[in-house]
Amino acid sequence: MSVIEVNHLTKYYGKARGIIDVSLQVHEGEIFGFIGPNGAGKSTTIRLLLSLIHPTGGTATIFGKDCIRYGPELRREIGYLPSEVFYYERMKVIDLLKYSASFYDKDCTRRLHELSELMELELHRRIEDLSYGNKKKVGIVQGLLHGPKLLFLDEPTAGLDPLMQREFFQLIREENQRGVTVFFSSHILGEVQRMCNRVGIIKEGRMVEIADIQTLQQNNYKKVRVAADVLDVTRFGLPGVTNLEHNNGVVRFFYKGDINTVMRRIGEITVSDVTVEEPTLEEIFMHYYE
Amino acid sequence: MSTNILKQEFKMGLRSVVTWSVSVAALIMVFVSLFSSFAQDAALLNEMMSNFPDELLAAFGMSGVDLSTILGYFSLAFLFVQVCLAIQAANYGFSMVSVEEREWTADFLLTKPVGRRQILTSKLLAALGGLLITDIVVWTSSLLFINLFKGDAGYEARSLLLLLLSIVPFQLVFLAVGLVISLLVRRIRSVTPYAMALAFGMYVLSAFGDMLGDVALEKITPFKHFEPNYIVQHAAYDVPLVLISLSAIVISLLGSYILYARRDIPSAV
Repeated sequence: MSVIEVNHLTKYYGKARGIIDVSLQVHEGEIFGFIGPNGAGKSTTIRLLLSLIHPTGGTATIFGKDCIRYGPELRREIGYLPSEVFYYERMKVIDLLKYSASFYDKDCTRRLHELSELMELELHRRIEDLSYGNKKKVGIVQGLLHGPKLLFLDEPTAGLDPLMQREFFQLIREENQRGVTVFFSSHILGEVQRMCNRVGIIKEGRMVEIADIQTLQQNNYKKVRVAADVLDVTRFGLPGVTNLEHNNGVVRFFYKGDINTVMRRIGEITVSDVTVEEPTLEEIFMHYYE
Repeated sequence: MSTNILKQEFKMGLRSVVTWSVSVAALIMVFVSLFSSFAQDAALLNEMMSNFPDELLAAFGMSGVDLSTILGYFSLAFLFVQVCLAIQAANYGFSMVSVEEREWTADFLLTKPVGRRQILTSKLLAALGGLLITDIVVWTSSLLFINLFKGDAGYEARSLLLLLLSIVPFQLVFLAVGLVISLLVRRIRSVTPYAMALAFGMYVLSAFGDMLGDVALEKITPFKHFEPNYIVQHAAYDVPLVLISLSAIVISLLGSYILYARRDIPSAV
Protein backbone atom coordinates (compact mmCIF):
# COMPACT_ATOMS: atom_id res chain seq x y z
CA MET A 1 0.00 0.00 0.00
CA SER A 2 1.22 3.49 -0.79
CA VAL A 3 1.40 5.77 2.20
CA ILE A 4 2.30 8.75 0.08
CA GLU A 5 1.16 9.17 -3.45
CA VAL A 6 2.27 12.20 -5.38
CA ASN A 7 0.85 12.83 -8.85
CA HIS A 8 2.25 15.43 -11.20
CA LEU A 9 2.75 17.83 -8.34
CA THR A 10 3.89 21.27 -9.42
CA LYS A 11 4.69 24.36 -7.41
CA TYR A 12 5.71 27.78 -8.60
CA TYR A 13 6.43 30.65 -6.23
CA GLY A 14 5.23 33.39 -8.51
CA LYS A 15 7.50 32.78 -11.46
CA ALA A 16 10.20 31.02 -9.50
CA ARG A 17 10.36 27.27 -9.90
CA GLY A 18 9.63 25.12 -6.88
CA ILE A 19 8.99 21.66 -8.31
CA ILE A 20 7.66 20.58 -11.70
CA ASP A 21 5.55 17.51 -12.39
CA VAL A 22 6.82 15.43 -9.51
CA SER A 23 5.28 11.98 -9.15
CA LEU A 24 6.32 9.39 -6.62
CA GLN A 25 5.03 6.77 -4.26
CA VAL A 26 6.21 5.85 -0.82
CA HIS A 27 5.18 2.42 0.40
CA GLU A 28 4.11 1.48 3.88
CA GLY A 29 6.99 0.63 6.15
CA GLU A 30 9.84 1.76 3.94
CA ILE A 31 12.46 4.41 4.36
CA PHE A 32 12.31 6.49 1.23
CA GLY A 33 15.35 8.59 0.49
CA PHE A 34 14.78 11.86 -1.28
CA ILE A 35 18.01 13.24 -2.59
CA GLY A 36 19.14 16.26 -4.49
CA PRO A 37 21.34 19.27 -3.96
CA ASN A 38 20.20 22.42 -2.20
CA GLY A 39 17.46 24.19 -4.11
CA ALA A 40 16.40 21.14 -6.10
CA GLY A 41 12.94 21.14 -4.51
CA LYS A 42 13.21 18.67 -1.64
CA SER A 43 11.85 21.00 1.01
CA THR A 44 9.19 22.29 -1.36
CA THR A 45 7.92 18.74 -1.83
CA ILE A 46 7.82 18.08 1.90
CA ARG A 47 6.17 21.42 2.63
CA LEU A 48 3.51 20.63 0.03
CA LEU A 49 2.84 17.27 1.63
CA LEU A 50 2.48 18.95 5.02
CA SER A 51 0.17 21.56 3.43
CA LEU A 52 2.39 24.38 4.61
CA ILE A 53 2.23 25.55 1.02
CA HIS A 54 -0.32 24.95 -1.72
CA PRO A 55 0.37 23.28 -5.06
CA THR A 56 0.12 25.09 -8.38
CA GLY A 57 -0.92 21.84 -10.01
CA GLY A 58 -1.20 18.12 -9.39
CA THR A 59 -2.29 16.23 -6.29
CA ALA A 60 -0.81 14.47 -3.33
CA THR A 61 -2.41 11.98 -0.99
CA ILE A 62 -1.26 10.60 2.33
CA PHE A 63 -2.88 7.43 3.66
CA GLY A 64 -5.16 7.72 0.64
CA LYS A 65 -6.49 11.16 1.56
CA ASP A 66 -5.83 14.49 -0.09
CA CYS A 67 -3.07 16.12 1.88
CA ILE A 68 -4.52 19.62 1.81
CA ARG A 69 -8.17 18.84 2.35
CA TYR A 70 -7.58 16.36 5.14
CA GLY A 71 -4.42 18.08 6.40
CA PRO A 72 -5.34 18.53 10.04
CA GLU A 73 -6.65 14.98 10.37
CA LEU A 74 -3.64 13.48 8.58
CA ARG A 75 -1.16 15.38 10.66
CA ARG A 76 -2.22 13.42 13.74
CA GLU A 77 -0.17 10.56 12.36
CA ILE A 78 2.67 12.63 10.96
CA GLY A 79 5.92 13.66 12.59
CA TYR A 80 8.07 16.35 11.04
CA LEU A 81 11.65 17.31 11.64
CA PRO A 82 12.62 20.34 9.59
CA SER A 83 16.16 21.07 8.50
CA GLU A 84 16.21 24.28 10.50
CA VAL A 85 14.42 24.18 13.83
CA PHE A 86 12.82 27.23 15.38
CA TYR A 87 10.70 27.30 18.51
CA TYR A 88 9.23 29.93 20.78
CA GLU A 89 12.46 31.30 22.21
CA ARG A 90 11.19 32.24 25.64
CA MET A 91 9.70 28.86 26.43
CA LYS A 92 11.38 26.18 28.44
CA VAL A 93 12.11 22.93 26.65
CA ILE A 94 9.67 20.97 28.78
CA ASP A 95 6.89 23.52 28.22
CA LEU A 96 7.44 23.45 24.48
CA LEU A 97 7.32 19.65 24.44
CA LYS A 98 4.19 19.62 26.57
CA TYR A 99 2.63 22.20 24.27
CA SER A 100 3.54 20.00 21.34
CA ALA A 101 2.02 16.97 23.06
CA SER A 102 -1.18 18.86 23.85
CA PHE A 103 -2.12 18.77 20.17
CA TYR A 104 -2.60 15.01 20.21
CA ASP A 105 -5.45 13.08 21.71
CA LYS A 106 -3.24 10.52 23.38
CA ASP A 107 -1.03 10.79 26.44
CA CYS A 108 2.52 11.35 25.22
CA THR A 109 4.17 11.91 28.60
CA ARG A 110 6.02 8.60 28.80
CA ARG A 111 7.39 8.79 25.28
CA LEU A 112 8.30 12.42 25.81
CA HIS A 113 10.53 11.53 28.74
CA GLU A 114 11.95 8.43 27.08
CA LEU A 115 13.02 10.41 24.04
CA SER A 116 14.34 13.33 26.05
CA GLU A 117 16.50 10.97 28.04
CA LEU A 118 17.76 9.29 24.92
CA MET A 119 18.61 12.63 23.35
CA GLU A 120 20.11 13.86 26.65
CA LEU A 121 17.92 16.95 26.64
CA GLU A 122 18.01 19.44 29.48
CA LEU A 123 14.32 19.97 29.94
CA HIS A 124 14.38 23.04 32.13
CA ARG A 125 16.49 25.29 29.97
CA ARG A 126 15.01 27.99 27.83
CA ILE A 127 14.95 27.44 24.09
CA GLU A 128 16.85 30.70 23.54
CA ASP A 129 19.77 29.38 25.62
CA LEU A 130 20.17 26.18 23.62
CA SER A 131 22.89 25.52 21.07
CA TYR A 132 21.84 24.70 17.55
CA GLY A 133 22.47 20.99 18.06
CA ASN A 134 20.37 20.99 21.21
CA LYS A 135 17.51 22.75 19.47
CA LYS A 136 17.70 20.06 16.85
CA LYS A 137 17.32 17.45 19.58
CA VAL A 138 14.21 19.24 20.80
CA GLY A 139 13.02 18.97 17.23
CA ILE A 140 13.60 15.22 17.19
CA VAL A 141 11.70 14.67 20.43
CA GLN A 142 8.83 16.92 19.35
CA GLY A 143 8.59 15.13 16.02
CA LEU A 144 8.42 11.68 17.57
CA LEU A 145 6.66 12.03 20.90
CA HIS A 146 3.19 11.31 19.59
CA GLY A 147 4.21 8.04 17.93
CA PRO A 148 3.54 9.07 14.33
CA LYS A 149 3.00 6.51 11.57
CA LEU A 150 4.73 8.66 8.98
CA LEU A 151 7.87 10.68 9.50
CA PHE A 152 9.17 13.53 7.37
CA LEU A 153 12.83 14.19 7.96
CA ASP A 154 14.17 17.16 6.04
CA GLU A 155 17.97 17.01 6.15
CA PRO A 156 17.74 15.86 9.73
CA THR A 157 21.36 15.43 10.67
CA ALA A 158 22.57 18.97 10.04
CA GLY A 159 23.91 20.31 13.31
CA LEU A 160 24.07 16.97 15.11
CA ASP A 161 27.47 15.68 16.23
CA PRO A 162 28.49 12.25 14.89
CA LEU A 163 27.61 10.49 18.12
CA MET A 164 24.14 11.99 18.15
CA GLN A 165 23.76 11.24 14.47
CA ARG A 166 24.33 7.57 15.19
CA GLU A 167 21.88 7.69 18.07
CA PHE A 168 19.39 9.41 15.81
CA PHE A 169 19.71 6.88 12.99
CA GLN A 170 19.33 4.07 15.50
CA LEU A 171 16.14 5.71 16.72
CA ILE A 172 14.78 6.11 13.21
CA ARG A 173 15.56 2.45 12.44
CA GLU A 174 13.70 1.37 15.55
CA GLU A 175 10.73 3.49 14.59
CA ASN A 176 10.88 1.98 11.13
CA GLN A 177 10.96 -1.55 12.52
CA ARG A 178 7.77 -0.76 14.40
CA GLY A 179 6.20 -0.04 11.04
CA VAL A 180 6.75 3.69 10.72
CA THR A 181 7.16 4.92 7.16
CA VAL A 182 9.95 7.42 6.73
CA PHE A 183 10.36 10.08 4.07
CA PHE A 184 13.98 11.07 4.37
CA SER A 185 15.32 14.03 2.46
CA SER A 186 19.03 14.62 2.36
CA HIS A 187 21.94 15.71 0.27
CA ILE A 188 24.33 13.56 2.26
CA LEU A 189 24.36 10.40 0.20
CA GLY A 190 26.21 8.21 2.65
CA GLU A 191 23.41 8.42 5.19
CA VAL A 192 20.73 7.82 2.58
CA GLN A 193 22.63 4.76 1.37
CA ARG A 194 22.85 3.41 4.91
CA MET A 195 19.24 4.10 5.82
CA CYS A 196 17.02 3.83 2.80
CA ASN A 197 15.37 1.09 0.76
CA ARG A 198 14.46 3.23 -2.17
CA VAL A 199 15.54 6.61 -3.36
CA GLY A 200 14.13 9.35 -5.51
CA ILE A 201 16.54 11.75 -7.11
CA ILE A 202 15.36 15.27 -7.78
CA LYS A 203 17.15 17.76 -9.97
CA GLU A 204 16.12 21.33 -10.66
CA GLY A 205 12.59 20.60 -9.52
CA ARG A 206 12.07 17.42 -11.55
CA MET A 207 12.37 13.77 -10.59
CA VAL A 208 15.16 12.17 -12.55
CA GLU A 209 15.08 8.67 -11.06
CA ILE A 210 13.21 6.57 -8.55
CA ALA A 211 14.66 3.16 -7.81
CA ASP A 212 15.75 0.63 -5.21
CA ILE A 213 19.16 1.47 -3.94
CA GLN A 214 20.33 -2.01 -4.93
CA THR A 215 19.05 -1.88 -8.49
CA LEU A 216 20.37 1.59 -8.78
CA GLN A 217 23.78 0.32 -7.88
CA GLN A 218 23.59 -2.88 -9.91
CA ASN A 219 22.15 -1.50 -13.10
CA ASN A 220 24.45 1.35 -13.01
CA TYR A 221 28.09 1.82 -13.52
CA LYS A 222 30.66 -0.63 -12.34
CA LYS A 223 33.74 0.88 -10.92
CA VAL A 224 36.71 -0.92 -12.43
CA ARG A 225 40.27 -0.69 -11.24
CA VAL A 226 43.07 -2.54 -13.02
CA ALA A 227 46.68 -2.62 -11.88
CA ALA A 228 49.41 -4.01 -14.13
CA ASP A 229 53.10 -3.54 -14.85
CA VAL A 230 52.56 -2.73 -18.47
CA LEU A 231 49.34 -0.94 -19.26
CA ASP A 232 47.99 0.51 -22.43
CA VAL A 233 45.15 2.84 -21.58
CA THR A 234 43.73 2.86 -25.07
CA ARG A 235 42.91 -0.80 -24.54
CA PHE A 236 40.00 0.31 -22.35
CA GLY A 237 38.68 2.90 -24.74
CA LEU A 238 35.43 0.96 -25.11
CA PRO A 239 31.92 2.24 -25.64
CA GLY A 240 30.37 2.55 -22.19
CA VAL A 241 33.59 3.53 -20.47
CA THR A 242 33.70 6.90 -18.74
CA ASN A 243 35.96 8.75 -16.35
CA LEU A 244 39.02 6.90 -17.58
CA GLU A 245 42.06 7.68 -15.45
CA HIS A 246 45.56 6.38 -15.52
CA ASN A 247 48.41 6.86 -13.11
CA ASN A 248 51.21 4.80 -11.54
CA GLY A 249 50.30 1.68 -13.41
CA VAL A 250 46.68 1.78 -12.27
CA VAL A 251 43.71 2.36 -14.56
CA ARG A 252 40.35 3.33 -13.15
CA PHE A 253 37.14 3.84 -15.01
CA PHE A 254 33.37 3.52 -14.81
CA TYR A 255 31.75 1.04 -17.10
CA LYS A 256 28.16 0.52 -18.11
CA GLY A 257 27.28 -2.34 -20.44
CA ASP A 258 27.98 -6.04 -20.78
CA ILE A 259 30.56 -6.80 -18.11
CA ASN A 260 32.01 -9.66 -20.24
CA THR A 261 33.39 -7.23 -22.80
CA VAL A 262 35.54 -5.60 -20.16
CA MET A 263 36.50 -8.93 -18.58
CA ARG A 264 37.82 -10.17 -21.92
CA ARG A 265 39.89 -7.06 -22.43
CA ILE A 266 41.37 -7.47 -18.98
CA GLY A 267 41.92 -11.18 -19.59
CA GLU A 268 44.16 -10.46 -22.54
CA ILE A 269 46.82 -8.79 -20.40
CA THR A 270 48.81 -9.76 -17.35
CA VAL A 271 47.45 -7.89 -14.38
CA SER A 272 48.63 -7.64 -10.80
CA ASP A 273 45.26 -6.66 -9.37
CA VAL A 274 41.65 -6.15 -10.49
CA THR A 275 38.64 -4.88 -8.60
CA VAL A 276 35.13 -4.42 -9.90
CA GLU A 277 32.89 -2.54 -7.52
CA GLU A 278 29.43 -1.18 -7.43
CA PRO A 279 29.51 2.57 -7.38
CA THR A 280 28.54 4.44 -4.24
CA LEU A 281 25.34 6.40 -4.34
CA GLU A 282 27.42 9.50 -4.48
CA GLU A 283 29.02 8.47 -7.71
CA ILE A 284 25.66 7.57 -9.24
CA PHE A 285 24.30 10.82 -8.02
CA MET A 286 27.11 12.85 -9.49
CA HIS A 287 26.41 11.18 -12.78
CA TYR A 288 22.82 12.44 -12.72
CA TYR A 289 24.04 15.88 -12.07
CA GLU A 290 26.75 16.06 -14.70
CA MET B 1 -10.89 26.89 18.36
CA SER B 2 -8.17 25.04 20.23
CA THR B 3 -7.89 25.80 23.92
CA ASN B 4 -4.21 24.86 24.04
CA ILE B 5 -3.31 27.42 21.36
CA LEU B 6 -5.52 30.00 23.01
CA LYS B 7 -3.83 29.47 26.36
CA GLN B 8 -0.35 29.51 24.90
CA GLU B 9 -0.97 32.63 22.83
CA PHE B 10 -2.58 34.40 25.74
CA LYS B 11 0.38 33.56 27.97
CA MET B 12 2.86 34.81 25.41
CA GLY B 13 0.97 38.09 25.02
CA LEU B 14 0.31 38.74 28.68
CA ARG B 15 3.45 40.73 29.38
CA SER B 16 2.60 43.20 26.62
CA VAL B 17 -1.02 43.43 27.76
CA VAL B 18 0.06 44.30 31.31
CA THR B 19 2.54 46.92 30.09
CA TRP B 20 -0.04 48.62 27.88
CA SER B 21 -2.77 48.49 30.52
CA VAL B 22 -0.58 50.00 33.21
CA SER B 23 0.66 52.74 30.86
CA VAL B 24 -2.81 53.72 29.73
CA ALA B 25 -4.11 53.71 33.31
CA ALA B 26 -1.21 55.98 34.31
CA LEU B 27 -2.01 58.29 31.41
CA ILE B 28 -5.63 58.52 32.51
CA MET B 29 -4.62 59.19 36.08
CA VAL B 30 -2.25 61.99 35.18
CA PHE B 31 -4.77 63.63 32.87
CA VAL B 32 -7.76 63.40 35.14
CA SER B 33 -5.83 64.49 38.21
CA LEU B 34 -5.05 67.77 36.45
CA PHE B 35 -8.76 68.50 35.98
CA SER B 36 -9.24 70.43 39.20
CA SER B 37 -6.54 72.95 38.34
CA PHE B 38 -8.04 73.28 34.86
CA ALA B 39 -11.54 73.66 36.20
CA GLN B 40 -10.56 76.58 38.42
CA ASP B 41 -9.54 78.58 35.40
CA ALA B 42 -11.99 76.96 33.01
CA ALA B 43 -13.80 80.16 32.18
CA LEU B 44 -10.48 81.78 31.36
CA LEU B 45 -9.36 78.77 29.34
CA ASN B 46 -12.59 78.57 27.39
CA GLU B 47 -12.27 82.24 26.59
CA MET B 48 -8.67 81.82 25.55
CA MET B 49 -9.55 78.89 23.35
CA SER B 50 -12.29 80.82 21.63
CA ASN B 51 -9.54 83.16 20.50
CA PHE B 52 -7.57 80.35 18.91
CA PRO B 53 -8.14 79.77 15.19
CA ASP B 54 -10.81 77.14 14.61
CA GLU B 55 -8.46 75.03 12.52
CA LEU B 56 -6.01 74.69 15.39
CA LEU B 57 -8.71 73.65 17.81
CA ALA B 58 -10.07 71.20 15.28
CA ALA B 59 -6.65 69.64 14.75
CA PHE B 60 -6.54 68.75 18.44
CA GLY B 61 -10.14 67.67 18.58
CA MET B 62 -11.02 70.61 20.76
CA SER B 63 -13.70 72.41 18.86
CA GLY B 64 -16.76 72.91 20.99
CA VAL B 65 -15.12 71.28 23.97
CA ASP B 66 -16.17 72.69 27.29
CA LEU B 67 -13.18 72.25 29.56
CA SER B 68 -15.10 73.36 32.61
CA THR B 69 -17.04 70.05 32.74
CA ILE B 70 -15.28 66.86 33.69
CA LEU B 71 -16.52 64.99 30.63
CA GLY B 72 -15.61 67.82 28.30
CA TYR B 73 -12.16 67.73 29.77
CA PHE B 74 -12.04 63.94 29.77
CA SER B 75 -13.09 63.70 26.13
CA LEU B 76 -9.98 65.68 25.27
CA ALA B 77 -7.77 63.37 27.31
CA PHE B 78 -9.52 60.36 25.85
CA LEU B 79 -8.13 61.14 22.42
CA PHE B 80 -4.68 60.25 23.72
CA VAL B 81 -6.03 57.08 25.27
CA GLN B 82 -7.50 56.22 21.87
CA VAL B 83 -4.14 56.72 20.17
CA CYS B 84 -2.52 54.33 22.64
CA LEU B 85 -5.27 51.75 22.26
CA ALA B 86 -5.05 52.02 18.48
CA ILE B 87 -1.30 51.36 18.52
CA GLN B 88 -1.76 48.43 20.86
CA ALA B 89 -4.57 46.83 18.87
CA ALA B 90 -2.83 47.40 15.54
CA ASN B 91 0.30 45.90 17.04
CA TYR B 92 -1.56 42.73 18.01
CA GLY B 93 -3.23 42.56 14.62
CA PHE B 94 -0.04 42.94 12.66
CA SER B 95 1.95 40.49 14.76
CA MET B 96 -0.70 37.79 15.28
CA VAL B 97 0.29 35.71 12.28
CA SER B 98 3.42 37.46 11.09
CA VAL B 99 5.40 36.84 14.27
CA GLU B 100 5.34 33.10 13.58
CA GLU B 101 6.64 33.64 10.09
CA ARG B 102 9.25 36.14 11.18
CA GLU B 103 10.61 33.82 13.84
CA TRP B 104 9.95 30.71 11.77
CA THR B 105 7.78 29.06 14.38
CA ALA B 106 4.92 28.70 11.88
CA ASP B 107 6.37 25.36 10.78
CA PHE B 108 5.97 24.03 14.29
CA LEU B 109 2.39 25.18 14.77
CA LEU B 110 1.09 24.44 11.29
CA THR B 111 2.36 20.87 11.16
CA LYS B 112 0.29 20.04 14.22
CA PRO B 113 -3.11 18.43 13.68
CA VAL B 114 -5.06 21.70 13.64
CA GLY B 115 -6.62 23.55 10.76
CA ARG B 116 -5.68 27.10 9.89
CA ARG B 117 -9.15 28.37 10.72
CA GLN B 118 -8.85 26.95 14.21
CA ILE B 119 -5.42 28.50 14.63
CA LEU B 120 -6.62 31.92 13.53
CA THR B 121 -9.71 31.76 15.73
CA SER B 122 -7.64 30.77 18.75
CA LYS B 123 -5.12 33.52 18.11
CA LEU B 124 -7.90 36.08 17.62
CA LEU B 125 -9.56 35.07 20.86
CA ALA B 126 -6.26 35.32 22.70
CA ALA B 127 -5.71 38.81 21.31
CA LEU B 128 -9.29 39.78 22.19
CA GLY B 129 -8.71 38.49 25.71
CA GLY B 130 -5.66 40.72 25.97
CA LEU B 131 -7.54 43.73 24.66
CA LEU B 132 -10.42 43.04 27.01
CA ILE B 133 -8.07 43.12 29.98
CA THR B 134 -6.79 46.49 28.80
CA ASP B 135 -10.40 47.65 28.41
CA ILE B 136 -11.30 46.63 31.91
CA VAL B 137 -8.28 48.51 33.20
CA VAL B 138 -9.25 51.58 31.14
CA TRP B 139 -12.84 51.41 32.38
CA THR B 140 -12.06 51.00 36.04
CA SER B 141 -9.28 53.58 36.08
CA SER B 142 -11.42 56.07 34.20
CA LEU B 143 -14.34 55.67 36.58
CA LEU B 144 -12.07 55.66 39.59
CA PHE B 145 -10.08 58.75 38.71
CA ILE B 146 -13.02 60.72 37.37
CA ASN B 147 -14.93 60.20 40.57
CA LEU B 148 -11.83 60.91 42.59
CA PHE B 149 -10.90 64.15 40.89
CA LYS B 150 -14.19 65.55 39.64
CA GLY B 151 -14.63 67.68 42.75
CA ASP B 152 -18.15 69.00 43.07
CA ALA B 153 -18.86 68.77 39.38
CA GLY B 154 -21.38 66.18 38.20
CA TYR B 155 -21.41 64.34 34.89
CA GLU B 156 -23.81 62.51 32.67
CA ALA B 157 -23.26 58.81 33.26
CA ARG B 158 -24.73 57.80 29.90
CA SER B 159 -22.18 59.83 27.95
CA LEU B 160 -19.29 58.44 29.91
CA LEU B 161 -20.55 54.89 29.55
CA LEU B 162 -20.94 55.24 25.79
CA LEU B 163 -17.51 56.77 25.54
CA LEU B 164 -15.89 54.00 27.55
CA LEU B 165 -17.68 51.23 25.67
CA SER B 166 -16.69 52.69 22.32
CA ILE B 167 -13.12 51.49 22.77
CA VAL B 168 -14.14 47.86 22.14
CA PRO B 169 -15.17 48.29 18.48
CA PHE B 170 -12.48 50.97 18.13
CA GLN B 171 -9.75 48.47 19.05
CA LEU B 172 -11.33 45.78 16.92
CA VAL B 173 -10.99 47.90 13.79
CA PHE B 174 -7.27 48.29 14.31
CA LEU B 175 -6.84 44.63 15.26
CA ALA B 176 -8.72 43.36 12.23
CA VAL B 177 -7.29 45.81 9.72
CA GLY B 178 -3.76 45.18 11.02
CA LEU B 179 -4.31 41.45 10.66
CA VAL B 180 -5.62 41.60 7.12
CA ILE B 181 -2.81 43.92 6.00
CA SER B 182 -0.25 41.57 7.54
CA LEU B 183 -1.74 38.78 5.43
CA LEU B 184 -1.77 40.85 2.27
CA VAL B 185 1.95 41.53 2.38
CA ARG B 186 4.50 38.79 1.91
CA ARG B 187 6.48 39.45 5.02
CA ILE B 188 6.55 41.93 7.88
CA ARG B 189 10.04 42.47 9.21
CA SER B 190 9.06 44.61 12.13
CA VAL B 191 5.57 45.15 13.49
CA THR B 192 6.01 48.47 15.30
CA PRO B 193 6.40 50.74 12.23
CA TYR B 194 3.28 49.23 10.69
CA ALA B 195 1.25 49.61 13.87
CA MET B 196 2.47 53.17 14.41
CA ALA B 197 1.78 54.08 10.79
CA LEU B 198 -1.76 52.72 10.90
CA ALA B 199 -2.62 54.29 14.26
CA PHE B 200 -1.01 57.69 13.70
CA GLY B 201 -2.04 57.72 10.06
CA MET B 202 -5.67 57.37 11.08
CA TYR B 203 -5.27 59.97 13.77
CA VAL B 204 -3.68 62.44 11.36
CA LEU B 205 -6.46 61.82 8.83
CA SER B 206 -9.00 62.60 11.49
CA ALA B 207 -7.17 65.77 12.57
CA PHE B 208 -6.72 66.94 8.98
CA GLY B 209 -10.32 66.13 8.17
CA ASP B 210 -11.42 68.41 11.02
CA MET B 211 -9.02 71.12 10.01
CA LEU B 212 -10.03 71.11 6.39
CA GLY B 213 -13.65 70.45 7.12
CA ASP B 214 -13.36 67.51 4.77
CA VAL B 215 -16.21 65.03 5.26
CA ALA B 216 -14.74 62.39 2.97
CA LEU B 217 -11.80 61.81 5.27
CA GLU B 218 -13.94 61.22 8.32
CA LYS B 219 -15.52 58.26 6.62
CA ILE B 220 -12.22 56.41 6.68
CA THR B 221 -10.84 56.89 10.13
CA PRO B 222 -12.10 55.23 13.32
CA PHE B 223 -10.93 58.27 15.26
CA LYS B 224 -13.83 60.06 13.59
CA HIS B 225 -16.24 57.17 13.91
CA PHE B 226 -15.74 57.17 17.66
CA GLU B 227 -14.87 60.80 18.26
CA PRO B 228 -14.96 61.39 22.05
CA ASN B 229 -16.10 64.95 21.61
CA TYR B 230 -19.13 63.87 19.58
CA ILE B 231 -20.10 61.06 21.94
CA VAL B 232 -19.91 63.32 24.99
CA GLN B 233 -21.77 66.19 23.43
CA HIS B 234 -24.55 64.08 21.96
CA ALA B 235 -24.63 61.28 24.50
CA ALA B 236 -24.90 59.03 21.46
CA TYR B 237 -22.83 57.42 18.72
CA ASP B 238 -22.72 58.71 15.20
CA VAL B 239 -24.39 55.54 13.98
CA PRO B 240 -23.67 55.71 10.23
CA LEU B 241 -19.99 56.27 10.93
CA VAL B 242 -19.90 53.49 13.53
CA LEU B 243 -21.40 51.18 10.95
CA ILE B 244 -18.47 51.92 8.64
CA SER B 245 -16.12 50.75 11.37
CA LEU B 246 -18.18 47.64 12.01
CA SER B 247 -18.18 46.72 8.34
CA ALA B 248 -14.42 47.27 8.22
CA ILE B 249 -14.09 44.77 11.07
CA VAL B 250 -16.28 42.17 9.39
CA ILE B 251 -14.66 42.52 5.98
CA SER B 252 -11.14 42.45 7.41
CA LEU B 253 -11.84 39.36 9.46
CA LEU B 254 -13.47 37.51 6.57
CA GLY B 255 -10.58 38.50 4.33
CA SER B 256 -8.09 37.33 6.92
CA TYR B 257 -9.64 33.87 7.16
CA ILE B 258 -9.64 33.50 3.40
CA LEU B 259 -6.09 34.78 2.97
CA TYR B 260 -4.71 32.72 5.84
CA ALA B 261 -6.27 29.51 4.56
CA ARG B 262 -4.54 30.00 1.21
CA ARG B 263 -1.29 31.37 2.53
CA ASP B 264 2.02 29.76 1.61
CA ILE B 265 4.18 29.61 4.68
CA PRO B 266 7.68 30.80 3.78
CA SER B 267 10.52 28.47 4.56
CA ALA B 268 13.54 29.38 6.65
CA VAL B 269 16.02 27.91 4.22
